[in-house]
Amino acid sequence: MAQVLVVTSGKGGVGKTTSTAALGAALAHDGAKVVVIDFDVGLRNLDLVLGAERRVVFDLINVINGVAKLSQALIRDKRLETLHLLPASQTRDKDALTEEGVAKVIDELRANFDWIICDSPAGIERGATMAMRYADAAIIVTNPEVSSVRDSDRIIGLLDSKTLKAERGERVEKHLLITRFHASRAARGEMLSINDVLEILSTPLLGIIPESQEVLRASNVGSPVTLNSPLSAPARAYFEAARRLKGEIIPVQVPGESKSIFTKLFGRKAA
Amino acid sequence: MSSIVRQRHSLMFRPRSYMAFAVTPQPPIADWLSELDVSLERSEKFFAGQHVALDLSAVNLSPTTIGQLVANLEERNIRILGIEGIDPAKWQVGLPSVLRGGRGARTSDSSGSPTAAAAVQAAPRPAPQKQQPGSLMIEDPVRSGQSVVFIEGDVTILGSVGSGAEIVAGGSIHVYGTLRGRALAGATGNARARIFCHRVEAELLAIDSHYKTADDIEDTLRCRPAQAWLEGGTLQISAMN
Repeated sequence: MAQVLVVTSGKGGVGKTTSTAALGAALAHDGAKVVVIDFDVGLRNLDLVLGAERRVVFDLINVINGVAKLSQALIRDKRLETLHLLPASQTRDKDALTEEGVAKVIDELRANFDWIICDSPAGIERGATMAMRYADAAIIVTNPEVSSVRDSDRIIGLLDSKTLKAERGERVEKHLLITRFHASRAARGEMLSINDVLEILSTPLLGIIPESQEVLRASNVGSPVTLNSPLSAPARAYFEAARRLKGEIIPVQVPGESKSIFTKLFGRKAA
Repeated sequence: MSSIVRQRHSLMFRPRSYMAFAVTPQPPIADWLSELDVSLERSEKFFAGQHVALDLSAVNLSPTTIGQLVANLEERNIRILGIEGIDPAKWQVGLPSVLRGGRGARTSDSSGSPTAAAAVQAAPRPAPQKQQPGSLMIEDPVRSGQSVVFIEGDVTILGSVGSGAEIVAGGSIHVYGTLRGRALAGATGNARARIFCHRVEAELLAIDSHYKTADDIEDTLRCRPAQAWLEGGTLQISAMN
C-alpha cells in the first residue's frame, strides 16, 4: 500500500528539500520504491540536491498537461535504482498545478511506488496546498525558532482543513521533524528547546536533525546527505527518522543531552 | 509617548445588532415578484427606510440570478442589506454580504401596513433552525491563522490557542491549554463575559471591545493560569492559583 507523504513547513529555508532528498534516499536504501516530487514549480531545487539537473527532459507540468507520459518524466537516481524524481517545471508557475492533474499523477504513482514524497514549496498558496492535497501523512519541518514554529502551526491548521483526507473527515497523520538543531545554542537559550517546540505544536516527533556542515556539503555535490556521508550525525538522524516512518518505535535522542525522548509520550497529544 | 498609547486604546469596534425584515422569495420567482407588487400597490411605503434581508433558503438560485433578484427588488425600492440562507460558496463579489445567525423576532413597532406584513410573512417559513446550544467546545488545538467565531455564547478550548489564532465569543472564553493568540470575549457587547486560560501568553485579550495587548499584560502574570474581566470600563487580569 503506497504512502503519500508531504514535506512541508510554511516558512522557507528550513530544510524541506534537503529532508525530502535525505529521507527519500534513506527509504530507498532499504529497497523500497520511492518517488520524490518537486512541487516548487518555477523555483525547482530538488533536481539539484539529487544531482539530477542535467537529466531533466520532461516535468510534472508536462505530465499534468498531457505533453509527456509519467514514465517519460520520471528520472531514476544513478546511485539508488529504487529512488526516482519527478521534477518541477522551471519555466511555469504554480497556477499550472491543477487539482485533477495532480490527482491523476498521484494515483498513477500509487500503483507503482511504496513511498510518494511531495516536496512542498514555502508559503500557504497554491503550490503548498496542491502538494498536501492528496497526502496520507505529513512531515512538518521546523527550525527551533519562533517564526518557523508559528508558520508550522499555521501549516498544521491547513493540513486539518485543506487536504482531501480532512475534507472527508479523516486525519492526515503528522510528524514533526526538527532540523538545524544546535545543541550548544539551545543550551544557552539562543534557540527554542525541543520541549518548547513540542509543547507549542503538540505533534509527535519524527526526529531531530543536528545542524551540520555535512548537510551543506552534500547539497553542493548534488547528493542526499544519507548517501554522501551515511555515518555523519545528520545522516544517522535521517535514517532513524525513516525507520520511525515505517512504524518502528525508537526513542529520539536530543543532540547534546544524555536522556532521550520517547515519541510515544508525545504521541498522545498528537493532533 | 503614553498619550499615543492611550489614543490607541480609544479605538473601539462595537458590534451592534439591528432589526431587519426578512423577505423569503418562493419559487417560481416571477409569480412571487408579482404577488409582492400587489402588496406594494396597497402600501408602497412599507419597505421605505427599512433594513431588508433576503432569505433564500426556500429557493436554489445561481449567483447571477441572485444578482438579478436583488436588482428587481431595488427597482421596487427594496434595498437588500444582506442575504441569508445560501451556501457561502455561492456568494460573489457585487452581491450583498451573507448574514448568519438571524433569529425570528416579534416586533411591536408595526408602523407598516398589516396587509403587506402579512404578504411577506404569509410565505411559508422554512423549517425552524435547530436550537443553537449556548456553548461551543473545541477539542483540538486552535492553530495559527485559524479563527473561531461563536457569537451565540461561550467557547471552551481543550487544547492551546496558537500565536496568530483568534477566538471571538459572544460570551466567555475558556482555554485549558496555553493561550498564545487573541481572545475576544463578550463580542456582542457583553461586559460580564470573562476570559479564563490555563496559561496566559496572549497576544491580545479583549472583553466587550476593551482590550490589552501583550505589551500591556504584566510580566508577573505571563505563563500562569489567569482570568480577565471588565471592571469600571477597564480590562483587569489576575492570576488564578
